[in-house]
Amino acid sequence: MAQVDAISTADAIQEATATEAVPRKSRRARKTGKWRPRRVLFLTVMYILLITVSAFILLPASWMLTAALKPDLQPVFTIPTQWYPSQFWDWANFSRVLLGSLSFLHYTLNTSIIVAGNILGILISCSLVAFAFARLRFRGSKPLFSVVIITMLIPWQALMVPQFIMFFKIGWYGTYLPLIVPSFGGNAFFIFLIRQYMRTIPRELDDAARVDGLNSWQIFWRIILPLSTPVLTVCAVFTFISSWNDLLGPIIYLDKQQSFTLSVALANLVTRAGTPWNLLMAANLLSMIPCILVFFFAQKKLIGGIASVGLKG
Amino acid sequence: MRSRVPVSRIRRREQRAAYLFLSPWILGLVAFWIVPIVASLLLSFTDWSLIFKPHWIGATNYRMMASDQDFWHSIKVTVKYIVLSVPLYMIVGLLLSLVLNLKMRGMNLFRTFLFIPSVLSGVAVAILWVSLLNPDVGPVNEILRAIGIGHPPRWLQDPAWAVPSVVLMGLWGVGGGAIIYLAGLQNIAVQLYEAASLDGAGPLQRFRFVTFPMLTPTLLFVLLTSLISAFQVFDTAYVLAGSNGASGTALNFYLLNMWTEAFTNQRFGYASALAWVMIIVAAVVILTIFRTAGRWVYYEYDPEKEQ
Repeated sequence: MAQVDAISTADAIQEATATEAVPRKSRRARKTGKWRPRRVLFLTVMYILLITVSAFILLPASWMLTAALKPDLQPVFTIPTQWYPSQFWDWANFSRVLLGSLSFLHYTLNTSIIVAGNILGILISCSLVAFAFARLRFRGSKPLFSVVIITMLIPWQALMVPQFIMFFKIGWYGTYLPLIVPSFGGNAFFIFLIRQYMRTIPRELDDAARVDGLNSWQIFWRIILPLSTPVLTVCAVFTFISSWNDLLGPIIYLDKQQSFTLSVALANLVTRAGTPWNLLMAANLLSMIPCILVFFFAQKKLIGGIASVGLKG
Repeated sequence: MRSRVPVSRIRRREQRAAYLFLSPWILGLVAFWIVPIVASLLLSFTDWSLIFKPHWIGATNYRMMASDQDFWHSIKVTVKYIVLSVPLYMIVGLLLSLVLNLKMRGMNLFRTFLFIPSVLSGVAVAILWVSLLNPDVGPVNEILRAIGIGHPPRWLQDPAWAVPSVVLMGLWGVGGGAIIYLAGLQNIAVQLYEAASLDGAGPLQRFRFVTFPMLTPTLLFVLLTSLISAFQVFDTAYVLAGSNGASGTALNFYLLNMWTEAFTNQRFGYASALAWVMIIVAAVVILTIFRTAGRWVYYEYDPEKEQ
């Protein structure tokens, strides 16, 4: 009996894991095969599992929305817990957070400036550097690339103290410069990612272009860069998410309330007692929305981007 | 066959171009890595406080660590977090990715749900979970009481439960790790499974002899990054320590302790010494893992490497 169990589960798993490489006909044939009930059982268990896990993800988010939509005098914590919005729909809470005394619109704009600067810096520097490593022959290319890998493994936080002192000494403390300028010096992980991608573009393109008299810059600008837009999108999205969410950098370098970013403002809301729960949750939810939107639109490319790197070196 | 001179001139021109392309990175490397690394090594032997002139005090900072309770406590908190979180996240992430890799209707939707928390900020997630884990009125304890647990844990307010609470919060974003495993799974050739099936391998055997070995490079990558990032836990600890003072000490992660020494206590010399301990520990961990990796990581033959 156990044997039969194993075989039929094997079939079910195989069917579920079968990919395009398996001809369609045989898949359909197997679907109507002997072990169909087993497959139904397997799929049911998997669906129950997936729905449970999704509930673990979604219910807290939905609770947050419920709390954010409550009027000021309604308690956020209730027994039993209200997991989804039903009675109260105070959408005005969101505009109160954005435009009211909490002035989150202002913090959103501040954050956007830093994010835009970082994306620009990362795209310019990392595509240039990755192009050299992927397409140009030069002395020292291998040892320099190992330096890229090493800097990828050193946690940036280990250097925050001397970096802070350096930026403090040159008078950049309190400005956005320490949060933006380093991105123009490149980021090891993105250089690695773009280089891996650029290596897959056929070499013949470069050779043909050189025969036509194009120099390295023209090859980069006219041929390789346009072909690399998928991986550049992935880098832009990762940069967006990490710099939108960054707390440590802004907390070290920003000293004035008016220049705070969203994460600093949010962290302060919690530390400072007396913020109403409904507004706190509305602010929290608002801060999440841009990342969720970006993720939705770039989802396919992100997963493909990680897969394309292959992590094999 | 052309003469040699123009070829070498082309080569030289290409080399000059290469260094021009590299220049932003080389400048960045010097300004934001090499100078700070050297500076922090020198600073770690001083008592600098940014305002007064620094004095050379030799290895005093490193000696002070031995008797610094906050330092040892932060090590304890961080190690406790690593021990609890790294194996848990790796196993759950792997299992989750196996399920997410199944070809089932609606799978894209489930994948989206699971990955969303991993793109959210540590601050936002911490704020959400502080509320959910509120010991008196929070929804989590309300559920626990409803299923008959009379005295549920006081989570972040209980020093013994504070680190496990952070681990639990992190479980919410475990889909982010699953994304990496999923990419690894999708790189495994279907032919390997077909061959294994023809040889009569069941699902468990296929996992043991195909999936797992082929996934070991991914596991190595995840192990490395999760160990390094355990030293970088900050956002969560910062938000929680700020919001409930009682657990401030229970969540004094390594980076938070270092940050406090530098930016609250103005002990930049001592904080630099702490940073160097962090670099050395990270280096030892990485080297040890790479040393032992040969024994359990399986690499496919890669013709590109032969070049």
